[in-house]
Amino acid sequence: MRTDPGGIALTRRPPHTGRALGLLAAFAVLVFLCLLSIWLGSKEISFGAVWQVLWHDDGSADAVIIHSVRMPRTFLAVLVGTGLGLAGTVMQALTRNPLADPGLLGVSAGAAFAIVFSITVLGVGSLYGYIWFAFAGALAATAVVYYLGTRGRAGSSPVKLALAGAAVTALLSSFTSAMVLSDPVALNRYRFWSAGSLSGVDATALLQVLPFLVVGVVLAIASGPALNSLALGDDVAIALGRKLGPLRLRGALAITLLTGAAVAVAGPIVFLGLIVPHAVRFVLGPDHRWLLPYTAVLAPCLLLAADILGRVMARPSEIRAGVIVAFLGAPFFIYLVRRRKLVES
Amino acid sequence: MSLLRDRVTFRAGPVSGRVRARLLFVSIVLAVLAFVLFCVGMTIGDVPMTVSDVLSGLFGGGDSGNGYIVRELRLPRALTGLLAGFAFGASGAVFQTITRNPLAGPDMIGINAGAATFVVAGIAFGFGGGLGTTTLGLLGGLLTALLVYALAWRRGTTGYRILLVGIGIFAMCTSLTDYLLSKAQITEAQASIGWLVGNLANRGWEHVVPLSLALVVLYPLVLALSRWMGTLLLGDDVAAGLGTPVQPVRLGLLLAGAGLVAFATASAGPVSFVALTAPQIAQRLARLSSPPITASALTGAVVVLGSDLIARSLTASALPVGIVTGVLGAPLLLWLLARANRSGTGG
Repeated sequence: MRTDPGGIALTRRPPHTGRALGLLAAFAVLVFLCLLSIWLGSKEISFGAVWQVLWHDDGSADAVIIHSVRMPRTFLAVLVGTGLGLAGTVMQALTRNPLADPGLLGVSAGAAFAIVFSITVLGVGSLYGYIWFAFAGALAATAVVYYLGTRGRAGSSPVKLALAGAAVTALLSSFTSAMVLSDPVALNRYRFWSAGSLSGVDATALLQVLPFLVVGVVLAIASGPALNSLALGDDVAIALGRKLGPLRLRGALAITLLTGAAVAVAGPIVFLGLIVPHAVRFVLGPDHRWLLPYTAVLAPCLLLAADILGRVMARPSEIRAGVIVAFLGAPFFIYLVRRRKLVES
Repeated sequence: MSLLRDRVTFRAGPVSGRVRARLLFVSIVLAVLAFVLFCVGMTIGDVPMTVSDVLSGLFGGGDSGNGYIVRELRLPRALTGLLAGFAFGASGAVFQTITRNPLAGPDMIGINAGAATFVVAGIAFGFGGGLGTTTLGLLGGLLTALLVYALAWRRGTTGYRILLVGIGIFAMCTSLTDYLLSKAQITEAQASIGWLVGNLANRGWEHVVPLSLALVVLYPLVLALSRWMGTLLLGDDVAAGLGTPVQPVRLGLLLAGAGLVAFATASAGPVSFVALTAPQIAQRLARLSSPPITASALTGAVVVLGSDLIARSLTASALPVGIVTGVLGAPLLLWLLARANRSGTGG
């Protein structure tokens, strides 16, 4: 805790040990939710049996359900949640804009456009085919946005990046809608992907995007201190010895890898990357060294909880996790906004 | 073009004032462009016409068949596009100013999303029986705006809190709409999606009259309040120090902006991107540091009318206008961004 020379506490935030314990507790909640997610589903299996089968795949029907349906789905929720949460935090820091969504750099729009293009023009039909197209589309769109947003004498600025991202998103989603509306087959396949559901993804698809997610997570968490200086404004960050160009490039790369991978496998799950970083910031303050790890753990918690609720509430069918995320997250978010005295940024 | 950079003083009898010459020039060009698109848009249809046919039909001349087609069938559609684009552009400028955020269109604050939730509930589940999509969209938009304002109120509001509460409401309304769509019968879902995209087909006078009345009342209100928008951009404390009644002005602007967008959405559906892009385009065309209201509104009208023209003349299946607005507005904004970057005045 920082103190002034008179010994009066300047901040009432918990000291670092408290924050570390809090992070540990959040991680325990995540593990608990993972177990819950493997346990609960449309077929009722006793917890003892689940525990048994989890470690010894005995080939029974229950084992098949656990290993090939529920475990991939649970890991998918964790990976997608972590990816989108971290990407949202970095995005909001990089653009210094509270409205910045991980999709803002054109990532989701690029992925969606590439998927529809691959279906309508190239006739790709399998999920594994889509994933690579989605990923390539996300990368290409971000590259265009980054190029347009950083051109010119003044170099990049948050407003230019955000506006270029919004414009490219608008353009690509118009093309996507036009292609989808004029091709019923594409519409059907695209709806399956864009529903933002966690079901129907198996372990192979997960393993394909896992390396990209891991690199993205490392890049994002390592940029915490740099993002702290960036929050003080461009001039202060430069005075503190940060090189803005490489910093923005690294941030954009992390966002693209994280969001691209998450969106490619699960479709665009909106609001998770928007709401969770804000909520964590209201409680912890603006220190990205803590903000990033907390978001990385709490965003998958919210997504898992939403996915579990969606499965339990509407058994045997289900409500999409994205819908529940907004319904759980938004009221809590508004409560936090009202409770806190916000500093106008 | 040094003349266009200066403010010009004019005096006409007892009235005098100063105008920004470039802003005036841009606004006049946009108005002329909007009128041309308005007329050209009415030449397209099952009966092809020339612009002079349209003009003579419009003002009562020409043969009676053409006059009927122009006045009763094509004029409502063109007017809905013109007025809705105008309202979207103006309200976009208002919201980007009160939140001091170029990304904050009425779409992001949840007003369109609230209107969409009400309309989908009405189409798919007969909610609010028989009120019709126009009334439902209007109710949804206005109630959402009031809810955002009420939830953001805590001994006064700040633009930042309105923005954040708006995101939350936006998230809830959008997911509620998605849920309703997934629970609806397929035919009702298709009808809802047709409305959700934003469409100018089959518009009649019942779509034009409420929207024009709303513009007559709300647009002068926005213009009257806009004299304080410059100080509001400096932050609440500075604005209050300069004598701006911050809270009443913000409430007035929010309600007027929400009213404009609610009426426009009720008539034309939630046409996307116009409220976001039009003010930014106008701001860059006029080389100002904040969105000018009238020029933004005219840009909105040009974008919607131009998109409708493209949608009907270039594509075989007559795509809904909401899809094409992105194709027209986005490259324009990107070009302006790139141009401004090169000259070093961007951002």
